[in-house]
Amino acid sequence: MDLNFAPEDVAFREQVRTFIAENYPEHLRGKNRRAGLEKDDFLAWHRILHKQGWVAPSWPKEYGGTGWTVTQKYIWGEECATAEVLPVLPFGVNMLGPVIYTFASEDQKKHYLPRILSGEDWWCQGYSEPGSGSDLASLRTKAVRDGDHYIVNGSKTWTTLAQHADWIFCLVKTNTEVKAQEGISFLLMDIKTPGITVRPIITMDGSHEVNEVFLEDVKVPVENLVGEENKGWTYAKFLLGHERSGIAGVAGSKRQVEKLKTIAGSERSGTGTLMEDTDFARKVAELEVDLLALEFTELRTLASESAGKGPGPEASLLKVKGTEVQQRLTDMTLEAVGYYGFPFVNGPNVEGSNIFPVGPDYATQAGPTYFNHRKASIYGGSNEIQRNIMAKMVLGL
Amino acid sequence: MDFSFTEEQTLLRNTVQRFVQDNYELEARQKIVNSEEGFSRDYWQQLAELGLFMAPFSEELGGMGGSQIETMIIMEEFGRGLVVEPYVPTVVLAGGLLREAGSQAQKDELLPSIIGGETIFAVAYAEPQGRYNLADITTRAEKDGSDFRLNGHKAVVLGAPWANKLIISARTSGGQRDDSGITLFIVDKNTDGVSSRDYPTIDGSRASEIILENVKVSGDAVIGEVDDGLPLLSKIFDEGIAAICAEASGAMRVLNDTTIEYCKTRKQFGMPIGKFQVLQHRMVDMFMECEQSVSMTYMVNLKLDESDVEREKAASAAKVQIGKSGKFIGQNAVQLHGGMGMTDELNVGHYFKRLTMIDTQFGNVDHHLKRYAALDA
Ligand SMILES: Cc1cc2nc3c(=O)[nH]c(=O)nc-3n(C[C@H](O)[C@H](O)[C@H](O)COP(=O)(O)OP(=O)(O)OC[C@H]3O[C@@H](n4cnc5c(N)ncnc54)[C@H](O)[C@@H]3O)c2cc1C
Repeated sequence: MDLNFAPEDVAFREQVRTFIAENYPEHLRGKNRRAGLEKDDFLAWHRILHKQGWVAPSWPKEYGGTGWTVTQKYIWGEECATAEVLPVLPFGVNMLGPVIYTFASEDQKKHYLPRILSGEDWWCQGYSEPGSGSDLASLRTKAVRDGDHYIVNGSKTWTTLAQHADWIFCLVKTNTEVKAQEGISFLLMDIKTPGITVRPIITMDGSHEVNEVFLEDVKVPVENLVGEENKGWTYAKFLLGHERSGIAGVAGSKRQVEKLKTIAGSERSGTGTLMEDTDFARKVAELEVDLLALEFTELRTLASESAGKGPGPEASLLKVKGTEVQQRLTDMTLEAVGYYGFPFVNGPNVEGSNIFPVGPDYATQAGPTYFNHRKASIYGGSNEIQRNIMAKMVLGL
Repeated sequence: MDFSFTEEQTLLRNTVQRFVQDNYELEARQKIVNSEEGFSRDYWQQLAELGLFMAPFSEELGGMGGSQIETMIIMEEFGRGLVVEPYVPTVVLAGGLLREAGSQAQKDELLPSIIGGETIFAVAYAEPQGRYNLADITTRAEKDGSDFRLNGHKAVVLGAPWANKLIISARTSGGQRDDSGITLFIVDKNTDGVSSRDYPTIDGSRASEIILENVKVSGDAVIGEVDDGLPLLSKIFDEGIAAICAEASGAMRVLNDTTIEYCKTRKQFGMPIGKFQVLQHRMVDMFMECEQSVSMTYMVNLKLDESDVEREKAASAAKVQIGKSGKFIGQNAVQLHGGMGMTDELNVGHYFKRLTMIDTQFGNVDHHLKRYAALDA
């Protein structure tokens, strides 16, 4: 056991930190996904990383990965979170990419992987359906073979950022005669194909992040099938279990703790600041303790991954604890800003504008962020489902 | 001991219930909330005509001889419908302040126009630096002959965009956090020197930042005694707390009913999700939180006329309960609805947002735990 990073890792950290500081686009600094971003804003950093060759650290080197060690990847994740860079969107790089290089044909690899890396194709994930969320295998969108094409009918929902997407990867039913899991296929669709309609869903925080996607007699070329017909469930499960580094969001939460402390340090409470209020300080401390425990749990998983053990159901632990901490952070940030959590004003106060400001800038997004983060215990396998998985797979119940 | 309602009170509840059912379906509510004004003057008049604004006043004040219990009933039903019209600032807070300490002239002039729905009030107590401390006031009122000159910034004044009159707490003497030296003024919103920035709030209501620049206010506009406004404000605050506890109870009931219904019909893994025991237990916890909140709501509404200490303890205790339960129920109602719970389209998110704001309104859980502990010591 050794808590220290090796000297080469320390040097690596220095290198990536400098790179981020020197290359992260000025106009995106301090912005998060709630800041009314345009498609190009999402892609700006992606393109810079692509030029540097760092867009997909988790991929094998032969397909365009970085060849970094597990520790280096972890450090990279930490530095990105600390600098609050907009994360590279996961749908292409973290979700689809690994399925393609593991299960797809050579032609598909050659075609799709470089376009994911360059950001030319924006992917979205078409798994969930109105009737199939937690019980994903019950999905009903059907693809029927017709010569060189599949004809797809059905609907997908909660599709994150589909409004910007060029492509959607979908789970579809290709055989309804067999057990649910055995009749599912993994199909790629150009979102501009006739018959595909994307409709916005507005969430309670007022943002447009998710969509409904309707599929009506959509003609999809057979070569867009990934792997074998009716094996899609295996690929989907592979995908779900694959990307667990960063699932706990430790570095991001650490950054948020710092921000919370800064806010509480400038909020008044009686004669002092809110951070000097023992009740509040105690709650911050509790949160930090939980976060520290999570960090060391993540490091332990990381160590066993470095030792060559594949990803396992422990990922569920990281997801549950990680999202709980994230949600508490948004809750406490809202608490910290007091009455200035009430105003629902779009965006920060504009400096130099003659509109009288409504509370401090840090308060303007506290409410919407809190509401929006309720999603974290619902998506990616709800926290109830994660507990079911642990009960079954870890505890053997 | 009697927790039953009188016939008149039941009648009142039915009246409010019917109004809310007929006029406040979510879609209708969202139309009001998203309209330019953000509330319905038409509904406001209808509520006045139904007699709701006279319900809590004694007969000699032109009311129906009711009490806090009437307010509680009205607010529970308003909570069920997420009614945004400014009943709390106008009737409960301003009406309460006038009832408690208004001069005869003030009562004669203002209570009938509150009861008739002509005057809408907003009460400006908070300041940017003050958090939940009613005594932390930097807005100054300087004597100017028989008048006063007000200068300062009042923060997040709920319902202010709709109001034609404001009640403003300002310092007439003493230091920034002194208990004495605070005076309450009635100020016409269109008085010279009053400016505001209006904005929507996260729960679909409206509020303003109010800036006071050399606002001239006559000595007749003082409610109660000069320098002695704090005890008065504090008492009426507790009545406000009692009212929004009732509102929260109504909202919690709707969330629980909605969630139970959803879990009975939503199927996953071939069965209604309500069959999963973890979710059953969660809903039972939500039910228990709601019952405790209703109990605390009754408790505080029954204790408002007791001694200051008893009343303050009751209000803080109830507010702590409602804050915690509201959060638990709101968060879990969203969770049990899955993705649907996140949408703007379902009522769930709207109730959750209102409960979230209630948790902070008039002071949050920590504030009231501290207040309770200090009173208990
Ligand atoms: C913001 C957001 C973004 C999303 N992005 C995407 C995306 O890009 N692509 C995509 O395909 N999907 C996406 N999803 C969908 C997400 O994966 C589903 O919402 C999730 O799987 C839950 O499904 P559901 O919403 O249908 O809820 P349901 O499955 O109906 O669940 C409702 C409730 O029941 C509980 N429950 C269900 N089964 C059980 C059980 N067996 N035991 C105990 N409790 C149970 C759940 O935990 C939940 O609390 C997104 C969702 C959100 C909220």
